[in-house]
Amino acid sequence: MVEPILKVSGLVKRFGGLTATDNLSLDVRPGEIHALIGPNGAGKSTLIGQLVGEITPDAGSVMFLGHDVTRASVPARVKLGLGRSFQIVQLLDEETALANVALAVQAHAGHSFRFWRRADADERLLAPARALLDQVDFPPARRAARVADMSAGERKVLELAMVLAGGPRLLLLDEPMAGLGAGESIRMTDTLRALKGGPAMLLVEHDMEAVFALADRITVLVYGRAIATGTAEEIRANPAVQEAYLAEEGA
Amino acid sequence: MREKIALALLFAAAVALPLIMRALDLPGGTGVATSILCLAFAASSLNLILGHGGMISFGHAAYYGIGAYTVGILWEHFRQQEPIFGLIPGTDQLLITLPAAMLTAGLAAAVIGALSLRTSGVQFIMITLAFAQMLFFLFVGLKAYGGDDGMTIRRRNAVPGLDLRDVDQLYWLVLGLLCAWLFLQWRIVGSRFGRVLEGIRQNERRMRAIGISPYPYKLAAFVIAGMGAGAAGALMANYMRFVSPDIMSWQKSGEIMVVVILGGIGTLLGPVLGAIALQGLEFFLGGITEHWAIILGPILVLVVLFGRGGIMALIRRLLGVRHG
Amino acid sequence: MALLAEQLLNGLQLGVMLFLLAAGLTLVFGIMGVINLAHGSLYMVGAFGAAVTAQVTGSWWLALLGGLLAAGVTGLLMELVVLRRLYARDHLDQVLATFGLILFFNQLMVLLFGRQPRFVALPAWFTGSVEIIPGVPYPSYRLLIIAVGLAVAAGLYVLIQRTRVGMLVRAGATHREMVRALGVDIRLLYTLVFGLGALLAGLAGIMAGPVFNVQIGMGEQILIQTFVVVVIGGIGSVRGALFGALLVGVVDTLLRGFVPGLLRGLLDASQADALGAALSSMGVYVLMALVLLIKPRGIFPAHA
Repeated sequence: MVEPILKVSGLVKRFGGLTATDNLSLDVRPGEIHALIGPNGAGKSTLIGQLVGEITPDAGSVMFLGHDVTRASVPARVKLGLGRSFQIVQLLDEETALANVALAVQAHAGHSFRFWRRADADERLLAPARALLDQVDFPPARRAARVADMSAGERKVLELAMVLAGGPRLLLLDEPMAGLGAGESIRMTDTLRALKGGPAMLLVEHDMEAVFALADRITVLVYGRAIATGTAEEIRANPAVQEAYLAEEGA
Repeated sequence: MREKIALALLFAAAVALPLIMRALDLPGGTGVATSILCLAFAASSLNLILGHGGMISFGHAAYYGIGAYTVGILWEHFRQQEPIFGLIPGTDQLLITLPAAMLTAGLAAAVIGALSLRTSGVQFIMITLAFAQMLFFLFVGLKAYGGDDGMTIRRRNAVPGLDLRDVDQLYWLVLGLLCAWLFLQWRIVGSRFGRVLEGIRQNERRMRAIGISPYPYKLAAFVIAGMGAGAAGALMANYMRFVSPDIMSWQKSGEIMVVVILGGIGTLLGPVLGAIALQGLEFFLGGITEHWAIILGPILVLVVLFGRGGIMALIRRLLGVRHG
Repeated sequence: MALLAEQLLNGLQLGVMLFLLAAGLTLVFGIMGVINLAHGSLYMVGAFGAAVTAQVTGSWWLALLGGLLAAGVTGLLMELVVLRRLYARDHLDQVLATFGLILFFNQLMVLLFGRQPRFVALPAWFTGSVEIIPGVPYPSYRLLIIAVGLAVAAGLYVLIQRTRVGMLVRAGATHREMVRALGVDIRLLYTLVFGLGALLAGLAGIMAGPVFNVQIGMGEQILIQTFVVVVIGGIGSVRGALFGALLVGVVDTLLRGFVPGLLRGLLDASQADALGAALSSMGVYVLMALVLLIKPRGIFPAHA
């Protein structure tokens, strides 16, 4: 049995009377793509929030690479090797694509209490940034464009490059296909598949085609509980899952 | 290229200003220009945290005032030949008072910033204002240093090789120090630290997600800005030969902020142009009516509502320089 | 004991005055998201309106009407001409534009009425004092202020908790988008809330006339304290404004009443008085800093 990279045990989060995360346990193994699916309101965002450190759980624990990070800050988790993308991309809108990635490279390179040398011409930052943009197939002609002038697809890809700059051991991808056109979705699926074997991934996604194409294992979340975990075949055949999804479609 | 020529012309004009004033027989002009440079210095330091760091500090005059009072208090103890608390001797040497002013203002900014930066949004605006008000009332209450009425510094600080009683020499000194500060700030803004600061202004959540805790960077910028304001205050006290709590009133904080916006937030020379414009506007409107504020107020409102980017944006448009 | 009781009543009186200003400020911020530094100008305009009307007509009732009218009309104009354009702007723009408005209104009052402070005579029926606590005679006019302030607080409570407009106001403070989605004429709601805030600020100014002097700059002095109140109470919360106002009023008054006396034991009289006054002026700001360090969003945060 391989030691999991991420191990979530008995996680609970309540908002007033609502239990958004209900005694949830889950693990992600090295190298795997683990998809997290569930109907709307299943508590996926709340779970992601607790995994990245933006929401503090009421009970339970999150172990990452053997460290207890249940109460660690977002930057502390990132430094340990947890990378995340956002459902609604978060970028520096006034900067170019290259400058965004260069800043992520800089953040990974150590502290930034350096006040004198110019950073915008520093090849130690720019060269790795260009390599990362190559890795995610960001078109070279668009690297000097400002984020504010980019398409939704370009932003998603750019954000992925920023996440990879941190040298992550685990990627938390919060709906990487959301807002993408059909062609862009396929390209994103290819890009993620190409990363396989590198960092493990926890993929939250509504696009079932992408999920079944990529995921090694799938966990289904309903009302804050993990009702099933297994391979794509097992999940398709699971009666509880069918019921949850049919109920949603019927409503 | 055009930008560089404009910059060189501006610098040449600034250096030659005392000679021009003498040629035009305007003896008061150089003094007025000195006070404008001091205001520009203070505004430029605020610009570091406001324009590049997105921190709306409504109490920046506090550090300006602390710098000024440092010069005043050291002078007072020098005059009476009586060390502060029996420990620190007073002095009239600018080479000591200026660093002392920066150090004191920086310390105050470190304490106030450490506490204030735990809040954000309106709460941050108000807590920085509150701390500045505390210091304001503290100096109002310190009768030993003039209290409400302020204190006179009978003679300007001494600098080896210079005579600051000569307004022209004082002006050149202030101009030199301001240029040094602007150069320093230019380097800081372009450095790794400056990139992080810009990132925090644009999207704090993004910065956390790449592993950066904003707090220490914001605090460092807050302290640097405080030190800059302290230096500006020390120079202002030397020019005025007087310091009173008014220099750290909340109106002064508002004025410094206005200078930044008027000139162009987040630009290197914006605060300088803003200071010239604000003082010029007051002077010009003051020539029309004693109730000049009744015109200045609405002008401010108009600049905020319609003048995005301030004077720097206007100049860039006139010179045909694209904003990068 | 008698001195303490009297100081507590003074604190209460300052507290309700602050509440009248804070209620409007906190609603305007909670609902429109605007920091209005010129709120203190409405207080000043109300005070001048009443003082001038009283001087001309000699009638206290007309003065009340004149003050409210001046503050209300000024407030509506302010909203219509400037603030409406600031709703979508960031806080920095709001601070600067309303800073400009302060300059304008202060100078306008100088232009219209001169720099001399104006004294407003007490209405004849309130020149005496009452012993509400045996052995502590207290000026009846100050009691009137307390009574009016508490009545306004009660009225606001009913308005906000029991009426349809109040429901929208509450919803607006916590779920701005939802109110918009309900198809309510949001402009009208904004104007109503702003008008109400202006009237309350004017009322505070009118009542302040006979206690303090009516003068230029009176608005800013109390405005900064009002901001302290709003931030302590939690921005957007009327309940927080009441709580914060009474807390600030009492703490400020007690410090002013007792700190100089305590210092006299340590320093000579004139130094003790100056330092005492300074320390007690600092008191409410220290209080605010403490509250924010413990609860960064104030005691009763309205936005979840």
